[in-house]
Amino acid sequence: MTQTTARTSAPAPAAKQPSAIRLGLSRAAFETKMFFREKDAVIFTFAFPIVLLVIFGSIFADDLEGTGLNVSQLYVAGLIGSAAMTGFQNLGIGIAVDRDDGTLKRLLGTPLPRTSYFIGKALNTLVVSFFQVVILLAIGVTLFGLKLPSEVSAWLTFVWVFVLGVIGSSLLGIAVSSLPRSGKSASAVIAMPFVVLQFISGVFIPVSQLPAWLANIASFFPLKWMCQGFRSVFLGDAGATLELTKSYELDRVALILGAWVVGGLVLCLVTFRWKSRRDG
Amino acid sequence: MRTAVTVRGLTKRYGDVQAVGGIDLDIHAGEVFAILGPNGAGKSTTVEIMEGYRTRDAGEVSVLGADPGRPTREWRSRIGVVLQTSNDVAEVTVRETVRHFAGYYPNPKDPDEVIEQVGLSDKAGKRIRQLSGGQRRRVDVALGMIGGPELLFLDEPTTGFDPEARRQFWDLIQGLAHQGTTIVLTTHYLDEAEALADRVAVVAGGLIVAEGEPKTLGGRATAKAKVSWSDEGEHHTLETDTPTRTVLELTHRFDGEVPELTVTRPSLEDVYLQLIEPPA
Ligand SMILES: Nc1ncnc2c1ncn2[C@@H]1O[C@H](COP(=O)(O)OP(=O)(O)O)[C@@H](O)[C@H]1O
Ligand SMILES: [Mg+2]
Repeated sequence: MTQTTARTSAPAPAAKQPSAIRLGLSRAAFETKMFFREKDAVIFTFAFPIVLLVIFGSIFADDLEGTGLNVSQLYVAGLIGSAAMTGFQNLGIGIAVDRDDGTLKRLLGTPLPRTSYFIGKALNTLVVSFFQVVILLAIGVTLFGLKLPSEVSAWLTFVWVFVLGVIGSSLLGIAVSSLPRSGKSASAVIAMPFVVLQFISGVFIPVSQLPAWLANIASFFPLKWMCQGFRSVFLGDAGATLELTKSYELDRVALILGAWVVGGLVLCLVTFRWKSRRDG
Repeated sequence: MRTAVTVRGLTKRYGDVQAVGGIDLDIHAGEVFAILGPNGAGKSTTVEIMEGYRTRDAGEVSVLGADPGRPTREWRSRIGVVLQTSNDVAEVTVRETVRHFAGYYPNPKDPDEVIEQVGLSDKAGKRIRQLSGGQRRRVDVALGMIGGPELLFLDEPTTGFDPEARRQFWDLIQGLAHQGTTIVLTTHYLDEAEALADRVAVVAGGLIVAEGEPKTLGGRATAKAKVSWSDEGEHHTLETDTPTRTVLELTHRFDGEVPELTVTRPSLEDVYLQLIEPPA
């Protein structure tokens, strides 16, 4: 085709770019929609901690001496810690898959700001973690006699532990998403450290029962501190005697979770790859 | 004539492979420009450097007046990209996806109109995962054009299309071109370049081996014509610059009809195959 006369060239008027925050919210809605439509993944994500809670809570129902608490309540607090760390797994795998199947590459070709992509992922993670926590609490209360705290201060603690924990572990998840060589290997690569962390951070086994060197390793990672923070919220002062140091050390919890948010951000900025290994 | 893309001395090497070996290009605003070549010729590498995806080893590239090595949001919102391969399929419908992407741009086209233009109106409510390969390719094109780009890149857009789908796609591209969109497309289909392009660059082994309007490509318009006929059962062929005179002479000699007369020039395919043949 050679005729060029009929073509009109209209230079686009300089229009304003949409705001990065608004696009982040739009991404969050889109990601959340996609998440809840992947039926199998949804069922797995929500059923996994519930099944673990019901199994562990039913097997180990003993009372904890001199505290008026029982072991299953300990599991509720621990699994809430796990739920707050879902972002590590979801983002670690999700972004690796996005990178592999071309989602990231497609987005990179649009004017979507990179921050909007991350805002979308972060909000999506918050929503998913929040639902998990609500479900775990409901089961804890109805089946295992968990008492929700009545003081405002305890809920304030819950909020900052939850928010710092979700953000820190999400950033860590974003950073590790660059490790798997492909989307296919992602779930294997990411799931392993997550399971190990759960075992050494007091989710299933109280930290006081671990050898000191394992407990020391765990104390470098956020999960142990998240679980400790959630125990302070849901077990209250009575449970403090069960801690290694006879205290929930909330100041250290805040310090280390805060450090992970900063460190995780740095790690992300250093390691994050937009392109997969085969894109030159 | 305004220039949309200028490329000078572009090179790119992957290990031992010289993917692009020194390419110069000038693509004018408003034209349909085809980069034609066999697999591995360096088409995607060249185009993805122009799209800001890949870094270059050497050379100068200017796309809509900017260096694609430093893409900005404003620049991104003026170009549209259809990548060669995209495997991202999600549980979202065509309409949801196109609408969502429209939000990224300051001056998007109407999503329903774009869906109509790519011929997916009756599939607009379907989830992308349920679409056929050819239908997903149209979604790619819809997402590439939703921002109302001044310049649209299409990397092998019709690979895997059936003949009817290709025909419809050609109409779509011609329609966009008439509205003033500059189009850069790669293809290994000769007929596609011939049908769509105002100008073609033939690439082989990372180099441009010919460039021009399809009908003049490789000196086709000026090449010697072949005149053949038969004379008392014997076949004759003559290569000549003046086939009309030859035919006239033959007409006189036979005093009327010339038996089995044909006049041919090398087909585009003959020229093309000769051009991309690796040097012996
Ligand atoms: N990311 C990459 N890593 C290594 N080699 C590559 C990469 N991309 C392209 N190549 C090589 O560069 C050459 C040109 O590839 P490409 O630009 O994809 O060609 P085309 O798109 O024309 O088929 C090929 O030999 C290909 O193997
Ligand atoms: Mg290619």
